[in-house]
Amino acid sequence: MPTLSEADSKRFLGACGIPFPEERVVHTPAEAVAAARDLGHPVVVKLGGDSIAHKSERGLVMLRLRGDDDVRQAAEQLLTMATPADGAVHLLVAPMLAGNRELIAGLHADPQFGMTVMVGIGGVLTEALGDVAFRLVPITRQDAHEMVDDLATQELLGELRGEPPVDREALCDILEALSDAATRDPAITGVDLNPLIVVDGRPVAVDALVEMT
Amino acid sequence: MAVDPAAFTALFEPRGVLVAGVSTHPGKFGFVSLHNILASGYAGAVYGSSREPGEVLGVPVVADVADLPDDTIDLVFVCTPATANADLLRACAKKGIRAAFLASAGYGEAGEDGQRLQAELVALAEELGMLVAGPNGQGVVSTPARLCAQIVAPYPPEGGIGIVSQSGNFISSFMNYAVQTGVGVSRAVSAGNAAAVTIPDYLDYFALDPATRVGLAYVEGVREGRAFFERVRATASRKPLVLVKGGATVGGQRAAASHTGSLASDDKVFDGMCHQAGITRSATIEEAFEAAATFATQPLPRGNRVVVLTTAGGWGVVTADAIARSSLDLTPLPDDLRAALDAELPPRWSRNNPVDLAGAETRDTIPTVIDRIVGHPDVDAVIYLGLGIQSNQAALMRRGPFYPGHGLERIVDYHERQDTRFARAAADASDRYGKPVLTATELAVTHPDNPGPAAVRATGRLCYPTANRAVTALDHLWRHARYREARGLT
Repeated sequence: MPTLSEADSKRFLGACGIPFPEERVVHTPAEAVAAARDLGHPVVVKLGGDSIAHKSERGLVMLRLRGDDDVRQAAEQLLTMATPADGAVHLLVAPMLAGNRELIAGLHADPQFGMTVMVGIGGVLTEALGDVAFRLVPITRQDAHEMVDDLATQELLGELRGEPPVDREALCDILEALSDAATRDPAITGVDLNPLIVVDGRPVAVDALVEMT
Repeated sequence: MAVDPAAFTALFEPRGVLVAGVSTHPGKFGFVSLHNILASGYAGAVYGSSREPGEVLGVPVVADVADLPDDTIDLVFVCTPATANADLLRACAKKGIRAAFLASAGYGEAGEDGQRLQAELVALAEELGMLVAGPNGQGVVSTPARLCAQIVAPYPPEGGIGIVSQSGNFISSFMNYAVQTGVGVSRAVSAGNAAAVTIPDYLDYFALDPATRVGLAYVEGVREGRAFFERVRATASRKPLVLVKGGATVGGQRAAASHTGSLASDDKVFDGMCHQAGITRSATIEEAFEAAATFATQPLPRGNRVVVLTTAGGWGVVTADAIARSSLDLTPLPDDLRAALDAELPPRWSRNNPVDLAGAETRDTIPTVIDRIVGHPDVDAVIYLGLGIQSNQAALMRRGPFYPGHGLERIVDYHERQDTRFARAAADASDRYGKPVLTATELAVTHPDNPGPAAVRATGRLCYPTANRAVTALDHLWRHARYREARGLT
C-alpha cells in the first residue's frame, strides 16, 4: 500500500480539518537552524520522505533540541542516516510539544466491515494496552462521543497531574474529520495520527501517516 | 436477500405442516420432528410423506405430494436427502406450500457438490417464491402457533423472545433457560447454513412481529459486514436486539503498515459495530438470555439511578460494588424518600442506599417500602434482594420432625404467603410506575420451588440467580435506553 510522507500526510489531513502544529520542511542543516529559530525552541527534527513510514523505530526523530548547535548537529546526523531505499528525503522541523498524555486516532479498512475510524490510548504502551474503540465510517457526533466513552482508561481523559481534562469536543472534531475524509476520498485506505499529544487538554497530532490506493 | 415479512407467516404461523421424509424409526429426524409437532399441541393439519405410504403416529403419510390436499399446508419440514429436495419443493409449491424448513444436510457444509446443491436451492427458492429456511438446521419453534417443528427438545413456554442462531444447539440452550426461568419464547429458528434466509432476514421479521419483544441472536461469521450492520441497526432501532458472537478471539491482530490496522482486531471492530448499531452484545450465552429476558419483561429505565433494597447487609454491599463497575449509579437516597422510609421502619435500617432493612421489617413493611422507593421520581430502577429467606426456613420446618405442631404449620403458611406477596409487590410497583424492578436470589436456582422465586416466575419475570447478574442485565437495559435517547428513538 503506498504511503504519503509525513509532510504530505499532514498537508492532506490538514486540508480535511485535522489540526497540526506549524512545522517546516527544509533540506539543509542551515535551513533547519533558521526554521527552529523561527518556530522557537525547543524543537523536534525528523527525517522525512515518501518511503519513510516508521521513523521512531529507525531513530529518525530527534527530540527536545534547545539551540542552534543541537539543531544543526541533529540535522546533519539525520541526513547521513538516509539510505538509498529512502529516495528523496527532507527534514521536518516542528515545535516540541509538551504533554504527559498521548492518544492515537486513525482510519482502517476492515476486510469485513469496510472503512472504520479508531480512537485509543496512545504512546509506547498503545499495543500492550489495546485500549481502542472503533466505529464504521461514517460516524455521527454522538458516535464519536460514545467511542471516547468506550475507552476503558477514562482516568487518563480526566484531570491529570495538574493538566486539564482532555477536550472531548476537540477529540470528537478529529474523529469526525477522519470519518469525513474517508467518506469524501475513497482512495484512502488507512490513516494513523500517532501520537496525538494532549497539550493543555487539547489533542494535537504530531505525526501522521496516510495510506492510499 | 431481503425477504417479504409476509412470507414468514407461512413459516411461523402455518395452517398445516407436511413432514417430508417421515420415518417409523423413533431415532430418525423424520420421526422426531413429527413427534415434536404432535406432542406440543400444534392445532393445524399435519401430514407426512415417505416412500412407504400409510400412517405414522396417527398421521396420514403419502408417497406422492401430489396426493395431498391443495391449499391447506403452508410449511414443509424437510428431512429427505439433499438430492431429492428440488423435486420435492417443486411438488410442494404446486400444493400451495409457501415455506420450507430444511433439516437435510449435504449442502454448503459438504464440499463442492454440496455447495452446488445449495446454490441451486437458493435459485429454486427464488423461482418458486418460497421461503426456504436452513438447510442443515435443527428446526423452527413458534409458540403463538404451538409449533415445535424441530429435531431436538425442548418446547419452551410462550413469551416475547425471538431467537435465531447459526448454531442449532444454542437454540436449545436458550430455550432450556426459557423452560427453567419461565421467561418464554415467541419464535426460535435455527438458521442452519442460512442459504436463502439469513440472520438479518429473521431479525427483520422479529422487529415487525407483534409476538416478539426482543431479538436474541447467536452468530459466528458475518457475510457482507456492511450490509449486516445497516440492517441490524435498522432492526435494533425498532426493538432491542441481544447478540452473542462465537469466535470472538479468533482473527486477532493483522500485519498492517499502520498502528491503527495492527490494533484493529476482528473483535474490536465487531464490538464497535455493535455499539454503533445499538445492539446489546453479551459475552456469554446465559448473560445473553438474561439480557433478552429482561428486555422482554421489564420496562426500559429512564435514567441510571438505582436503589438496592435488601433485607440483609452483605448482599447490598456486593451489589453496590457491582453497580460501581457498571454504567449504573447507586444514587444517594433522596431526603424525602429517607423521611418516607423512616416513617415506615424502626431506626435500625441503613438510612441510605443500599436500603438495608436489617431485619427491621414487620408484616406489611416490604410492599410499602417497595412502593415508596419505586414510586420516587429520582429513582429509575430498583434491585430487590432477600426474597425467599423466610420460605427457605419454612421448608426446613415443614420437613423437620416437629411439623405441623408447635405452631409450625401456621408460621410456615405465613412465611410462604409473605414471600409470594413480596414478589408480586415488586412486579406491581414496576407496572404501576413503569420502571424496572429486578428481584435476585440464588434460591431461583438452588430452590426453584421456593414460593419467592416461584411467585416471581408467576409474574412472568425473571428471578435473577445473583445480584451481579441482575446488575449486568440492568446495565444492558440502561445502555440501550441511553443509545435510544441520544438518537431520539422512542
